[in-house]
Amino acid sequence: MSGILVIAEHRRGELRPVSLELIAAAESLKASSGGPVTVAIVGPSPDTFVAALKVTGVDEILTLAAGSGDFDPDTQAAAVSAAIAARSPSLVLIPHSVDAFGYAAVLAAQGGYGFATDVFKIESDSGAWVATRGGYGQKVNVELDFPGKAVVLLTVRAAVYKPAEGSSNPTVTALPVPNVSAHVRPGEYVEMSQADDVDMTAAEFIMSIGRGIGEEARVPQFRELADAMGATLGCSRPIADSGWLPKSRQVGQSGKTASACKLYIAMGISGAIQHLAGMKHVSTIVAVNADPGASIFSVAKYGIVGDIMEFGEELKTHF
Amino acid sequence: MATKILVAVKQVIALDEDFEIRADGKDVDADFFLRDLNEWDDFSLEEAVKIKEAGGEVEVVVVTVGPEEADESLRKCLAKGADRAVRIWDESMEGSDSQAIARVLAAAIKHEKPDLVFAGVQSSDHSFASTGIAVAGLLGWPHAAVVNQFDFSLGATQATIRRELEGGVLQMMNIDLPAVLSIQLGINTPRYASLRTIKQAAAKPIETLGLGDLSLNAAEVGEVGSASRVRRMYIPEKGRAQMIEGSLAEQAAKLAAIIKEFKGATV
Ligand SMILES: Cc1cc2nc3c(=O)[nH]c(=O)nc-3n(C[C@H](O)[C@H](O)[C@H](O)COP(=O)(O)OP(=O)(O)OC[C@H]3O[C@@H](n4cnc5c(N)ncnc54)[C@H](O)[C@@H]3O)c2cc1C
Repeated sequence: MSGILVIAEHRRGELRPVSLELIAAAESLKASSGGPVTVAIVGPSPDTFVAALKVTGVDEILTLAAGSGDFDPDTQAAAVSAAIAARSPSLVLIPHSVDAFGYAAVLAAQGGYGFATDVFKIESDSGAWVATRGGYGQKVNVELDFPGKAVVLLTVRAAVYKPAEGSSNPTVTALPVPNVSAHVRPGEYVEMSQADDVDMTAAEFIMSIGRGIGEEARVPQFRELADAMGATLGCSRPIADSGWLPKSRQVGQSGKTASACKLYIAMGISGAIQHLAGMKHVSTIVAVNADPGASIFSVAKYGIVGDIMEFGEELKTHF
Repeated sequence: MATKILVAVKQVIALDEDFEIRADGKDVDADFFLRDLNEWDDFSLEEAVKIKEAGGEVEVVVVTVGPEEADESLRKCLAKGADRAVRIWDESMEGSDSQAIARVLAAAIKHEKPDLVFAGVQSSDHSFASTGIAVAGLLGWPHAAVVNQFDFSLGATQATIRRELEGGVLQMMNIDLPAVLSIQLGINTPRYASLRTIKQAAAKPIETLGLGDLSLNAAEVGEVGSASRVRRMYIPEKGRAQMIEGSLAEQAAKLAAIIKEFKGATV
């Protein structure tokens, strides 16, 4: 068992950028792995992605022709299993994505592999893989090892590694995928409805509210504050799920990315990784939270420990 | 025959302020643990109870793997409409990761023989996002993750589901049954338990099962049966946050100045 296998991901005909991040991770670990970096891509015409995967660090690309073009967990698991069997890597890297939620744990359970998810740091300690992930709502870091496991499968957090660039001249090998009966049949894509005309992706100044506001009756007070300051009002997921603000104002992995934002004020938001996915890149983040240990403070530039109700009222007097 | 829905639930741990790492450096000191039912499980339980309330013969069974203190979370589920609660535990299960827990749940499913299994997408403490789907892998059952809509009629051999993807995109899928689904936040509006149902739940039994009842052996669970082992747990560096101190008025004035400077610079 040596070398690293990276599973590239695509959706609706596009390679997902996280694929290149994982290749960069694999390349940085190549020396420790004592083997090549192999990238596998699964789909009805996997060749279409090959050119985009010929980046620095890749020794071989495996194309596995299977499936309908849209992800189904059974085909994906069968194909990745075939790739693992063919190349016997000691480390398999899969994006920590919604697709991976649907099959990575199946592979680990059936293969008896070492396994950890949402990993953001990978090291080798005298030949053994060590992975770091968050615990207790990201309040601690947890270092894991995998004693006795010849193959370790990790799902890796997006936006941790810089995407691989440059070019390489890897071998391209077509690998057969055993026939599977897929129990899930992918259908049409639906865009989340836009109940609101606000464009969170264009807003330069956002104030977002989270579960810390406690009750719906307090939303107007924060709306007034946002208006007075000239900020666009955004929110974390529970606020949108409860219907207190439209879904179009939700910032995060399954919502909007605050792409144009330069100043982001997070009020009563704990800093879950899926919320951070939509805003951690913002240059000036201010977090107001009653809990001094809230993980939002680890991405904020400025932090204020306190009650957002009181603080909001006081802040309002300045505008 | 009644349709049985098994809902796998977890009692999660939040940390109290100023928590400390245990002396062996492998976990947080249990004195700082605050326990509650996992947020995602509120939604998966509600989804099962909604199916029951829509009519027909449906039984909702909640199952957890955990020591006695997890009974509190099971009672919460009973108060919110579960018919039965099962808690599985043996000291050898201490230190189980999500794969070892999945092995126990898979054995429980063979024992209970449900028609549908729901789990939360992830737990709010360790967020592995993998237990439910690992169970499906062990059983060889159809499965789908991050489901935020479920259309199903009793006795059907297929169901229509909607998966929530990244970036506000959803995808419709058709799935064979029986299946394991990991249920996402927002799929429904979970109910609150009423005083009356809380009282009723307090009087209901909680069934307990151990290793032997499920034909498991100690080597399949706990740290030895896990796919990973905790080497070290530590509190990460707090990053670059500069804390704004002072009285409330001073803090607000400082933030107001930051905002005004920002706005001055952009107009
Ligand atoms: C697949 C998937 C996709 C997801 N997508 C998203 C997404 O797009 N966006 C998103 O936001 N989440 C998303 N989530 C959910 C995410 O995991 C968290 O559950 C969510 O972000 C938590 O929101 P929150 O911070 O508002 O609430 P909580 O985590 O409950 O935090 C509330 C915070 O408020 C503080 N607080 C409480 N009262 C006060 C007070 N009076 N004054 C000051 N502070 C107070 C608390 O200390 C706490 O830190 C997703 C999850 C999954 C699994």
